[in-house]
Amino acid sequence: MIRRIGLALAAPALALAFALAVTSAILAGTGHPPLEAFGWMWDYGTKPDSIALTINLATGYYLAAIAVAIGFRMNLFNIGVDGQYRLAALVAAGVAGAIHLAPILTVAITIVVAMLVGALWAAIAAVLKVKRGVSEVISTIMLNYIANAVIGYLLVPGRLGVNVQGSQGVGTKVIPPSGRVPGFSLVGGSQTQVYGLVVLAILVGVGYWFLLGKTRFGFDLRATGRSESAAIASGVNVRRMVVISLLISGGVAGLIGIPNLLGESYSYSQNFPAGIGFVGISVALLGRNNPVGIAFGALLWAFLDNARQILDLYQVSKEIVTIMQATAVLSVVVAYEVVRRYNNNRHQREVARSLEKLKSGTVPA
Amino acid sequence: MLAAPAVELRGITKRFPGVVANHDIDITVRSGTVHAIVGENGAGKSTLMNTLFGMHRPDEGTIAINGEQVVFGSPADAIARGVGMVHQHFQLADNLTVTENIVLGMEPTSRFGVLAMRTAQDRIVKLGRQYGLEVDPEALVEDLGVGDRQRVEILKVLYRGARILILDEPTAVLVPQEVAELFDALRELKEQGLTVIFISHKLDEVLTVADDVTVIRGGTTVAAVDPRTTTARQLAELMVGSELPSPATRDSTVTDTPVLRVEGLGLTGKDDRQLLSDITFTIHAGEVLGIAGVEGNGQAELVETIMGMRTAAGGTVVLGDDDMTGWTTRRRREAGIGYIPEDRSRHGLLLDAPLWENRMLGHQTQPPNVKGILIDASGAKADTRRIVAAYDVRTPSIDVTAAALSGGNQQKLIVGREMSGEPRLLIAAHPTRGVDVGAQAAIWDLLRDARAKGLAVLLVSADLDELIGLSDTLRVILRGRLVASADPAHVTPEELGSAMTGAGDES
Repeated sequence: MIRRIGLALAAPALALAFALAVTSAILAGTGHPPLEAFGWMWDYGTKPDSIALTINLATGYYLAAIAVAIGFRMNLFNIGVDGQYRLAALVAAGVAGAIHLAPILTVAITIVVAMLVGALWAAIAAVLKVKRGVSEVISTIMLNYIANAVIGYLLVPGRLGVNVQGSQGVGTKVIPPSGRVPGFSLVGGSQTQVYGLVVLAILVGVGYWFLLGKTRFGFDLRATGRSESAAIASGVNVRRMVVISLLISGGVAGLIGIPNLLGESYSYSQNFPAGIGFVGISVALLGRNNPVGIAFGALLWAFLDNARQILDLYQVSKEIVTIMQATAVLSVVVAYEVVRRYNNNRHQREVARSLEKLKSGTVPA
Repeated sequence: MLAAPAVELRGITKRFPGVVANHDIDITVRSGTVHAIVGENGAGKSTLMNTLFGMHRPDEGTIAINGEQVVFGSPADAIARGVGMVHQHFQLADNLTVTENIVLGMEPTSRFGVLAMRTAQDRIVKLGRQYGLEVDPEALVEDLGVGDRQRVEILKVLYRGARILILDEPTAVLVPQEVAELFDALRELKEQGLTVIFISHKLDEVLTVADDVTVIRGGTTVAAVDPRTTTARQLAELMVGSELPSPATRDSTVTDTPVLRVEGLGLTGKDDRQLLSDITFTIHAGEVLGIAGVEGNGQAELVETIMGMRTAAGGTVVLGDDDMTGWTTRRRREAGIGYIPEDRSRHGLLLDAPLWENRMLGHQTQPPNVKGILIDASGAKADTRRIVAAYDVRTPSIDVTAAALSGGNQQKLIVGREMSGEPRLLIAAHPTRGVDVGAQAAIWDLLRDARAKGLAVLLVSADLDELIGLSDTLRVILRGRLVASADPAHVTPEELGSAMTGAGDES
């Protein structure tokens, strides 16, 4: 058991160490002392305000990575998480800004609308794949661009947009207090509140673990991911699974912007955070599609994103952190494969050893 | 003085994690002979031949070719020394011609790098004539039958200048008539001074064609015998180390209760090709219906259509009293069909998943694997332990991945799984392919027991002895049609082989 956990941690630890080494080399090569730069980042990143910001940022990353991971477990590559969540956030913001109901009801409606929009946007790719054999990789990338255009179309005054007071920008109508979710002070000494909907991300993580690991549906999904031909022979309707899992993936993607929308920005505008869907892909890879692993991956990624801000002050290019993140993802993919092979060999040796014993007469217990 | 032996292997040892390796292999192959290497599946024949062909290096021991000690780093080194290998599974490009396939990788060019196919073609025709391996050099490989394809494979090796040929189970895919033709060609090669190493576990064939026989058991050479003074039975006992199992079924248990009725079943593939036409048969409780046929004549399609993995173009499939023509695969499985697929790693197992999850595969909607919509992991694990014990699956635990088990043990797990939950119909496609003799006998016993308990069995196999021995009724499939029936009590493999190629009269 301990050995299994150790092996599971070995890969990300190795990858991280390698990424640090590469980054150090680049820092040193460009005339910056690596250890000092990491020190500045650590000091800045562990300030109470930074920690709260990191958690808030990680909330979106976590949801994005879960959305991607649902696809990954079935060998589907949903690159369209980015378009799905932005469109979902826009429509949900429009709805939440327009309705005035009891607080909890408004929030519930906003969340449901966001999930539906995300799922519907993913459904386009699902239908194309099942009916026309279009690779979801292509269609979801393209749908990201189409989502941009749709957002541009909807986000004008007279449709979902209104002019934002005191600026040139256009955003959705500001969500009234009854539709917001208050944050809470999780980190002592910090002015920044943690999103109330961090809870939502945790619930999604638990739901993901339960659905995939504990249900028949999850077994079908994992079986399809491991071997589509074996899944078909076992009676899985793979087309149906493709549609359902892309719908769920899109539904979770729809949630990505909601903690920020209902906890901080209260309106969807051009400033709304973009690109989280792509971060989700990296985080899902880092976390090996495991709900706990993804949580660590999301926090790490968010920590780096926050901590890099300080590098500007010292005239160090903060893109160095992007290099570190990218190296970590690349090397973690390699490291997981190495560990997987090692495990396979170990199992084969175990089997061989027990057969040896059988031959020599001692039957294993 | 005698010529140096063509191949001399001394003390070859090769270790792999988890698979039968070779140890202390000693073989001397005389030049200009056909030398058979026999042994049961998994005895280490293929590992040994891969060593000789330079696919990997032995951990210990030496290889000498024509008296000269060599070290092969890759197959290219082996080819340079005149050693060629014809693999069991053909490695040909269907959409190229015979000539193109043969020269692939060493295309002849004239000056300025222009392809000189004409020269190559002439050489191939000459080679074919010389050794009795004639094939139309301009034919597309996809239009060739299995026997011709094999000739192309052998020509490919000869074209590269091989003087020592390794043939890995060359008769596995051939019908008896084609086997006879192959043997004629082998004798011709021998006449002309080439050396042939022939790997097989079909003993009658070995005794027909070989000049020397080496028996491998448990990864090492156990005997070198003279085929002229040895019987098939003695050879078999050397191979197995004990009594030989036989697939023969004794008393009939056939009832008159129909379990599976297939009527007018048709299947259309891409480009409107008829893959199956007008298939009609009935299997009764306690009956084994065997389907004989040269591979690729619609057996796989038939099985997959009955399982609901392909959608029939016409006809009906009735299980008991239920017309299940429009049912999904899952509903068919739930209705009591067990399925041993032809390709276990593609259709029968999740190789990266632990054994107990593989126990659930195909039965993931049925107890003891699930409770409602939730997985019952403890139930599935307990039942996996039961299967491992009852079906003698050799594994240290049920948490290792399926990939860690040997082929025979994987197959026993699948058989155990598919026999769970009291199936009414068992579809067994090549149930003993690639498993060792021990597992083969065990699987035969299991099929016989199942039949005795009133199970209906559809058996598809390329092993004619297995088909004749286990079946109560035999049907022959050719180009997607059931073209003949045979009585397993009287038919010989040769007669069956004729029917399979469409050559013989229906018996």
